[in-house]
Amino acid sequence: MSKDISGGIYLDNNATTQVDSEIVAAMLPYFTEQFGNPSSMHQFGNQVGHAIKKARGQIQDLLGAEHDSEIVFTSCGTESDSTAILSALKAYPKRKEIITTTIEHPAVLELCKHLEKEDYTVHYLKVDGKGRLDLQEYKSLLGSGVAVVSVMWANNETGTLFPVEQMAEMANQAGVLFHTDAVQAVGKVPIDLKNSKIDMLSLSGHKLHAPKGIGVLYLKRGTRFRPLLRGGHQERGRRAGTENAASIAGLGLACELAQKHMDFENTEVATLRDRLQDGILEAVPNCFVTGDPENRLPNTLNIAFEYVEGEAILMLLNKEGIACSSGSACTSGSLEPSHVMRAMDIPFTAAHGTVRFSLSRYNTPDEIEKVIDVIPGIMTKLRKLSPYWGEDGPVTNPEEAFAPAYS
Amino acid sequence: MWDYSETVKEHFFNPRNAGEVGEANATGDVGSISCGDALRLQLKVNPETEVIEDAGFQTFGCGSAIASSSALTEIIKGKTLDEALQVSNQDIADYLEGLPPEKMHCSVMGREALQAAVADYRGEEWKDDHEEGELICKCFAIDAVMIEDTIRANDLRTVEQVTNYTKAGGGCSSCHEGIEDILTKVLAEQGVEFDPEATTWPEPIPSETIPAPTTGRLTNLQRIKKIEEVIESVRPALQADRGDIELVDVDGNKIMVHLVGACAGCQMAGMTLGGVQQQLMEALGEFVQVIPVEKKAVHAVAGA
Repeated sequence: MSKDISGGIYLDNNATTQVDSEIVAAMLPYFTEQFGNPSSMHQFGNQVGHAIKKARGQIQDLLGAEHDSEIVFTSCGTESDSTAILSALKAYPKRKEIITTTIEHPAVLELCKHLEKEDYTVHYLKVDGKGRLDLQEYKSLLGSGVAVVSVMWANNETGTLFPVEQMAEMANQAGVLFHTDAVQAVGKVPIDLKNSKIDMLSLSGHKLHAPKGIGVLYLKRGTRFRPLLRGGHQERGRRAGTENAASIAGLGLACELAQKHMDFENTEVATLRDRLQDGILEAVPNCFVTGDPENRLPNTLNIAFEYVEGEAILMLLNKEGIACSSGSACTSGSLEPSHVMRAMDIPFTAAHGTVRFSLSRYNTPDEIEKVIDVIPGIMTKLRKLSPYWGEDGPVTNPEEAFAPAYS
Repeated sequence: MWDYSETVKEHFFNPRNAGEVGEANATGDVGSISCGDALRLQLKVNPETEVIEDAGFQTFGCGSAIASSSALTEIIKGKTLDEALQVSNQDIADYLEGLPPEKMHCSVMGREALQAAVADYRGEEWKDDHEEGELICKCFAIDAVMIEDTIRANDLRTVEQVTNYTKAGGGCSSCHEGIEDILTKVLAEQGVEFDPEATTWPEPIPSETIPAPTTGRLTNLQRIKKIEEVIESVRPALQADRGDIELVDVDGNKIMVHLVGACAGCQMAGMTLGGVQQQLMEALGEFVQVIPVEKKAVHAVAGA
């Protein structure tokens, strides 16, 4: 399939994805003739109720959940994360500890930091240079004081996968609830929750070609639970609020399509990603892949370009119509580069130059070749400006040759 | 995506004076690699006239850091060193038709590189006690260090007080939780628990008056006079906005001022404490910190 790439090349699918046109079509009736409230006792509501039930089944299938009642609709991945963690703390009031990792998404990390102020103890599992966890350290922390473990299935920046099924098993043996933020993994890696000890799982619609504003919390039957939002009886009282019917229908279909494209994602998309990686590594000196390339999402590539800054790279890529993201401090307006890169001990001169390329099933080989063509010129241009860079390579002892005043 | 002006983008995509300067006789290296912004400025200065005949930069940094470096070199070329030192970070930002608040530090870095290069040329040691904290109030560009120091200097207890002294939190108010966190931390150091419902203004702890150390080429008297001149020069603008500013005390590089009336919450971004601080630094040619202080000390000093 050839595609016109003049409209831009979108390689930022870990940020958000394009809603599939088929999904948009499936949603439209719920804005017009199917506008009823599914709780209502009339035909307008009844049909919407059926649509939600159908979607619940489609999501159940993708997740390999045992019951469709284990699917709780929320507004987003962040809400699912907050609901899961806060529920565990409420349901086990005597337990005052949480185990998570240093490389979680802010949806979990910022909540945990906040909970520390409320006198909870949070254990942040460290990672090695490739972003891998130490399961011995994890095991030593599991105990009767821990209310919940929350570990992401796949890291959003590097794509590194974590052994969450094994970690859930370990938590289960220690009698501790296990939650995983799987927003990056759902639809990209096979998931079989009925044969796992994962108690709670968060997913987000807009990461798999459904719209923004819809998420799911998977809640294994029998898991002690306290709702975040109380009110109406929607979602069996586990998440009050009138259902976002159109988005739920969209997410249902998105899950069905993700299931259908799972093989494609892990073969074709992974091949494109590998081609991009090889092409860049071959053409650009002083750059390297971050994370664990042996164990990562099929669509994600994170490369650290030394001695250049990420926002500058993104601006030049954007000028070429290429959309990516970066772990530099400047792209977020913070004073430090990405916490994920810092946790892996990537030096500042490389961490600020990290670029994440995240593909989807809509990317084409032509697009990938265009990116491979453009990147070397961008690096040459920016390195020419860099005080760390000499004629055609880094200056000798870069960190000593340029050691600016104040820090 | 940042909302960069067209001029910022133009200077980023087509930077002027990038690279090393062949016969450079002055170099200033500033920045912080942990923050991801660092800049080397090189000048070729005519030893007879002190005119900057050529200027070049090398920058590791974001779009606005590169654009600020480019703008700086364009502004100072052809100027004498003394003229160039009059260039403020606001001049750099203005040249670029503005920078987002989170990016103003890029223009500050440009100015500091210039000071460092001039010091290098003159064989002086350039030291910067620049300390930048996390940006807390985005409406008025007030960082955590400024808020912490002001809380300590004035024994502040409430968000409202912090707003009155620094303006932080006086705009959209979304940073109030952040300010409360800083209050909690600073008060805890003093063994005091932050009370979110506190409304009373505690008595200020009188600060000891220590004579200012001699700095630079100015005598103490000259220095105080300069400070007074700058303070006087900004008053009309504040008075026009139903506010005022008074000099209270000078303690080393700390300049204590008192903001009066409508100043505390006014929307004049150019006349924030940061702006006054910048003007003072330019007039004195040294790093100073402007700290807003309590009224009572003012009456004792300002009297009239």
